[in-house]
Amino acid sequence: MTTHLKPADAAQALEAVRWAISEETPLELVGHGTKRTLGRPFQATHTLDVSDLSGLKFYEPAELVLSAQAATPLAELEALLDENRQQFAFEPPDFGPLLGGEAGKQTIGGVVSCNLAGPRRVKAGAARDHFLGCKAVSGRGEAFKAGGRVVKNVTGYDLPKLLAGSYGTLALLTEVTLKVLPAPENTRTVLIRGLDDATAIRVMALALQSPYEVAAAAHIPAALAGGVGVEELGSGVAATAIRLEGFGPSIEYRAGKFRDLFRGFGSVEFLELEPSLAFWAAVRDVKPFVANPERLVWRLSVPPADGARVAADIASRLPAEAYFDWGGGLIWLAVDPTVERAGQDVIREAVGLGGGHATLIRAPDTVRASADVFHPQAATLAALSARVKESQDPKRIFNPGRMYAGV
Amino acid sequence: MKMPTPDASVLARRVEIANALRAIVPGEGVIVEQDEMRVYETDALTAYRQLPMIVVLPKTTEQVSQVLKYCNEIGIKVVPRGAGTSLSGGALPLADGIILGLGKFNKIMDIDYGNRTVTVQPGVTNLGITNAVAHEGFYYAPDPSSQIACTIGGNIAENSGGVHCLKYGLTTNNVLGIEMVLMNGDVVRLGGKHLDSDGYDLLGIMTGSEGLLGVVTEVTVRILKKPETLRAVLIGFPSSETGGDCVAAIIAAGIIPGGMEMMDKPAIHAAEEFVHAGYPLDVEAILIVELDGPEAEVDHLIGEVETIARKCGAVSIRVSSSEDERMVFWAGRKAAFPAVGRISPDYLCMDGTIPRKELPLVLNRMAEMSERHGLRVANVFHAGDGNLHPLILYDANKPGELQAAEDFGADILKLCVEVGGVLTGEHGVGVEKRDLMIHQFTETDMNQQQRVKCAFDPDGLLNPGKVFPQLHRCAELGRMHIHRGQLPFPDLPRF
Ligand SMILES: Cc1cc2nc3c(=O)[nH]c(=O)nc-3n(C[C@H](O)[C@H](O)[C@H](O)COP(=O)(O)OP(=O)(O)OC[C@H]3O[C@@H](n4cnc5c(N)ncnc54)[C@H](O)[C@@H]3O)c2cc1C
Repeated sequence: MTTHLKPADAAQALEAVRWAISEETPLELVGHGTKRTLGRPFQATHTLDVSDLSGLKFYEPAELVLSAQAATPLAELEALLDENRQQFAFEPPDFGPLLGGEAGKQTIGGVVSCNLAGPRRVKAGAARDHFLGCKAVSGRGEAFKAGGRVVKNVTGYDLPKLLAGSYGTLALLTEVTLKVLPAPENTRTVLIRGLDDATAIRVMALALQSPYEVAAAAHIPAALAGGVGVEELGSGVAATAIRLEGFGPSIEYRAGKFRDLFRGFGSVEFLELEPSLAFWAAVRDVKPFVANPERLVWRLSVPPADGARVAADIASRLPAEAYFDWGGGLIWLAVDPTVERAGQDVIREAVGLGGGHATLIRAPDTVRASADVFHPQAATLAALSARVKESQDPKRIFNPGRMYAGV
Repeated sequence: MKMPTPDASVLARRVEIANALRAIVPGEGVIVEQDEMRVYETDALTAYRQLPMIVVLPKTTEQVSQVLKYCNEIGIKVVPRGAGTSLSGGALPLADGIILGLGKFNKIMDIDYGNRTVTVQPGVTNLGITNAVAHEGFYYAPDPSSQIACTIGGNIAENSGGVHCLKYGLTTNNVLGIEMVLMNGDVVRLGGKHLDSDGYDLLGIMTGSEGLLGVVTEVTVRILKKPETLRAVLIGFPSSETGGDCVAAIIAAGIIPGGMEMMDKPAIHAAEEFVHAGYPLDVEAILIVELDGPEAEVDHLIGEVETIARKCGAVSIRVSSSEDERMVFWAGRKAAFPAVGRISPDYLCMDGTIPRKELPLVLNRMAEMSERHGLRVANVFHAGDGNLHPLILYDANKPGELQAAEDFGADILKLCVEVGGVLTGEHGVGVEKRDLMIHQFTETDMNQQQRVKCAFDPDGLLNPGKVFPQLHRCAELGRMHIHRGQLPFPDLPRF
């Protein structure tokens, strides 16, 4: 019998976990389920639906800190931050539409558990860099806390880092505390049109090597420009974009600097506030690949300077399309669903040359069951990861097998 | 502070162990002479001293791996050591343990401007990284005051910070990859030149693990381009409250300064007497706000900060008009520790973090404690992120004063926890704060942390006696008490 447990509060969630431990039966942890198809499919007859663990605990703008129950919708918190002209600087993407669901549904706990990060990653880091502390239930059925509520939160081991990006396989988060930062007063995007991938990576490197505080750097090749859905971009011409954020006079000054810096690469255009916001939201939420849901979508994290080489290598051997974020360090890749083994051998060989990893983000259950969704790890690291799982969740109660078989 | 009882059977085998280690690390790499080991007997928490059993100075990852594997097999404790500048006793030796010194790992392996990374061996100093890339205008952001001496390996172990953390993050936000060796000899690589490491964030857990989980043998950090302009504002306040309010107001205006440091009256006076930075002496607190970035931005923000400071009731405001003047503003802050060292035979440098709004309360309570313990205290404060560094003045030659200073320090740290903060900021727990952990964490919280250790070092041989007040065997931590359960909450909705 499958059971859908829906605790009303953290105390009930604790009870539910204790029950699962005593029954030695695994649980699938679900907030709003927007990223349920992210990861390997795994066997859990019982679902622990924590969506009722919702609501703000505290928000102190002057202290740059916010705490909420784990399943609080991100949109709710972002609206609150917006009122105070603050934000989660790591710019969490919303994979809802990419994965065939709705936009705006994901929870803060899910964002943290998957260690999401948007285009501002190059400047502000990922969820892990802003996740200060939590309350959680362990795989032993004990409620515990980790980290703190101050920016310098690490006393003892930094358990929040371990939990961020563990895809719910190590503990059940019930409450999370994050650092928040002032939102930029203004945003403008510097655009250079028509560059090939390799030149674009060089241009983005120049920008990121400059002292002009680049808040994102992305490159959309010609074939995908239309898919971004920003009118100013048109379609059929590649766009290399550098985002500037901050105070008016500063943006003005830096925009001028980039105009000079990029002179040799083609004409320089600008996107003002509204189209800038739309453009970066599209890059963040993988909008170019939302259409054609049958295509498989991979996310590759590579040394930024390697980006063009990796993408070209793959495209020469597979029917694939790619665009670049993080100055080339993040490649979003869509491949034809008919390719052998989801393309993993080709993709991982290309990534492996320079270091990095590839994760299969969108694929049908059957494909995710047979392919390695997460990048296979070297033997010593895989063994260590398995021991970490054993130490935190010895009965394999939490999302077992979601990341790696047996973990 | 009680350290784990030395194992007599290990001590009895000292010669044999030294010979075995010499077979792994030939030549001068194994030290057994007391005189030569003396330099390793303490770190910067000099109140604690202990000669190790043997010192080993390997040169290669392979040697580290073999040393650890050997020690693991026969049950010998190992204390990793970088430059020995830890202020919490993290590198304090154990009588029956070896010191594994990483001083010979001093090479810069790779500088990659295209990816904006530098890869170094762990014994390279923090400043050494910046120096290696400065000619191209780059730097490594976390800048502990000890940066001339401390190593990047030690920085990772302590998750070190500096005055620029609020804007640029601590070590953990600036490390991209490491190679490390586990106690069983396994060599593990985490991350690399890409921005996020895959799988569990073991890089995150390694950073700040105080040498308890693995020995770091290679490090890749991200580097940044130096800001175009740096300017500082030196602001004097009639009370620490107004200073604290000003910090909050700056942040509320959406400004995240590169650095924001506060000093209280005793610290101001000590620093001024020492370096003549021109600090105002008739104020209760000063704030140094440094703005960095593109010229236009800095000019704009300096104006904003001045306006805010005036509104907050600042009694003096000076803006640096030259690089020299900026350096002078900082000279006093940077010399605060030695300055205090001049007015007192000894001092303890504490490190705790509080929610910023609690600053006035904490300073007031600290003044009361100062009376009660009969010892003076001077405060420097990373105001941006709530990290306090109270310097407790004492004289080790006066009977009882060290104890009084330690008690005073413990009271301050307990207060930090009481107001919602934590026991540490950037100096780690080490032995210094080990026994205070119970004030911040329950036993369950701590056990959950210690279980991580079981995945890395199940026999607890790497740096034992640090960080955690009680050593638990992994078998004991692993035990589970399982009650046969019923499905909870019969009235819980299920489908
Ligand atoms: C005057 C002074 C000012 C300071 N200012 C600051 C400051 O502003 N900010 C700040 O954060 N800190 C500061 N510190 C503290 C200290 O410099 C840092 O904690 C530093 O990171 C320690 O580095 P180290 O190389 O000296 O490490 P050590 O003291 O040798 O060791 C520290 C810890 O790291 C472990 N360790 C060392 N190397 C390795 C390795 N390769 N692998 C695994 N574990 C290892 C050791 O076992 C130990 O637990 C200051 C210290 C002094 C004396």
